[in-house]
Amino acid sequence: MSDKKLIYDGTFDGFLSSVFYVFENKIKAATIENEFVAQSGLFSKEINIITEEEKANRVWAGLKSKLSARGSYQLYYAFLSEQNGVENVLLDYIRYAFSNALNVDKDFSHPSVLKIAQIAKMVGREKHRMEAFVRFRLTKDAIYFASVEPDFNVLPLISKHFKGRYADQKWIIYDIKRNYGLSYDLKKVEIINLDFPAKFDFTKTDDNFFAEQEFEFQKLWQDYFKSTNIKSRKNMRLHIRHVPKRYWKYLSEKQPD
Amino acid sequence: MSFERTQEKLKILADAAKYDVSCSSSGSSRTNKNKGLGDSSGMGICHSYTEDGRCVSLLKILLTNHCIFDCAYCVTRKSNDIKRAAFKVQEVVDLTINFYRRNYIEGLFLSSGIFKNADYTMERLVSVAKKLRLEENFNGYIHLKSIPGASDELMREAGLYADRLSVNIEIPTEAGLKKLAPDKNRADFIKPMLKVKNEIVQYKAEKKIIKSTPKYAPAGQSTQMIIGASGENDFQIMQTSNYFYKSYNLKRVYYSGYVPISYDERLPQIGSAVPMMRENRLYQTDWLMRFYGFDVSEILNLQHQNLDLDIDPKLSWALRNLHEFPVDVNTADKRMLARIPGLGMKSVYKILNARRFKRLNWEHLKKIGIALNRAQYFMVCDSNQFERRDLSAEKIKGLILQNSTSKYTKTLSNQLSLFG
Repeated sequence: MSDKKLIYDGTFDGFLSSVFYVFENKIKAATIENEFVAQSGLFSKEINIITEEEKANRVWAGLKSKLSARGSYQLYYAFLSEQNGVENVLLDYIRYAFSNALNVDKDFSHPSVLKIAQIAKMVGREKHRMEAFVRFRLTKDAIYFASVEPDFNVLPLISKHFKGRYADQKWIIYDIKRNYGLSYDLKKVEIINLDFPAKFDFTKTDDNFFAEQEFEFQKLWQDYFKSTNIKSRKNMRLHIRHVPKRYWKYLSEKQPD
Repeated sequence: MSFERTQEKLKILADAAKYDVSCSSSGSSRTNKNKGLGDSSGMGICHSYTEDGRCVSLLKILLTNHCIFDCAYCVTRKSNDIKRAAFKVQEVVDLTINFYRRNYIEGLFLSSGIFKNADYTMERLVSVAKKLRLEENFNGYIHLKSIPGASDELMREAGLYADRLSVNIEIPTEAGLKKLAPDKNRADFIKPMLKVKNEIVQYKAEKKIIKSTPKYAPAGQSTQMIIGASGENDFQIMQTSNYFYKSYNLKRVYYSGYVPISYDERLPQIGSAVPMMRENRLYQTDWLMRFYGFDVSEILNLQHQNLDLDIDPKLSWALRNLHEFPVDVNTADKRMLARIPGLGMKSVYKILNARRFKRLNWEHLKKIGIALNRAQYFMVCDSNQFERRDLSAEKIKGLILQNSTSKYTKTLSNQLSLFG
């Protein structure tokens, strides 16, 4: 018997709509795939899922009633990891959660529960790193702009943090890899897509786009970073463990002079 | 703000402030409720790390490195021939705000050399914090260094704008201080500390009755001492530390391994190694006192005046007290669990939770994530296998060192071979 393959639009609501479909139609063997990564299989039947907020909300409400707050946020975190096949681990977890009278989110002897907890932990770590490593640069339009390239899709998770902290300045945090960003206009945070000039280099502070004083403050920050180091205690292994190299290109203190 | 002038000052005054090790930016309760800038209600964030691996979370600078004192261990001492500089109040405010807006920092750590006298200096520190809070509507973290000898009135004001206050006691013993900092007087450190302690108590009590009472130093006070500059032993250091925790309710005591900066005969010479391992062992001891229920005299006393460098202080204590072991993880109380070498408080909580469901064996403990490498010799569980047999303390120590891959192994190789 062939698997049913459900194709969804990549959103969390889309994923939850797929889960709804699985339960509604009592499908035993299903895989869920994001339309951007899906490859058509020879022997499986593809079904395109339409994202429906109402159905998604029903699944989510159901999960929240079955799991602890921590359990449900772990599900969401794991979803945002965008790891290959994570939808199917999530589906397995969700089936297990709904089939069990007890709250299963701490049952680490179940492989899917353990796996989701591990993935969620990785995503949580990156969320925290983005809160630390976002570097805003002041544009000529008086907007503080930051470009990031996180391994996982953590923008939805950091929105609240930055809104609470930078309530009195306009800012944008843009995920270059996923081509969308968060934009705060002094009132609310919105999701935006931007078109950048063809030659726009995200790691460079081009004076066509950025305010004059931006260069000065970057230089001051670089100087500060250097002056505060104690040479006789140098420990690069420790340094790199704390500040992994993949983040360096967007850190102003790590830019070449 | 003239960029070049500020740039030069920042280089000088950040360089001089880097020996202050406090980097904490957590533990305050200043939520951004007024659509202002910043929030310091959550945990602190390390925004970067220096190449020596220390957290960069605050803009840590001196207001000035002019100083009327001549403390031998200090780069800023009067007799040192270095470039001097002083920030204007507004310059510090601008730097803090602009760094904060770019998400470089959690806030400001402001210390100072002493120009003219204590109050003159303290007044300027306070006015930076005041400007940030009242004019810039800034809710980020502010740590102010109290200037020894500053007046009570200024200390009271400082606490209204700062999240944390600290005064460095510099040298762990009074005799050491006399030798290295003849101008300074321990009583001058204690006075502002006592004032702050009393104010914290008073404001807290008032807040219970009148809700609108302002916050006073919500992240408490801390201090720092230099280790390895004045010949004191670990017993003396931790005695001092314990006294400050107990008498002044300090949140933290920091230990700073002395980095040689002068050719003064009273001090370790330039080029001698920074005692980083010792510093690490002191922090471990500090943790045992604050979170693990140890009394300092159990770890350091007249018979054991120095910490071992090759093993951690909890293991060292356990080896001297084998009669307290093995501990049964399925029945022991929290206090005793916390005393098993290799178990951190997180593991202790995991054990306490897990054992309500089933009796734990080695397999469970491994899964929970306990470092059995050290712990196995000090515990029994639901299993017939018991690792300690009748091993002597030396034997256990040898086995543990053999099986551990400490990052310090290289530097300790001589000692290791003794037990090999």
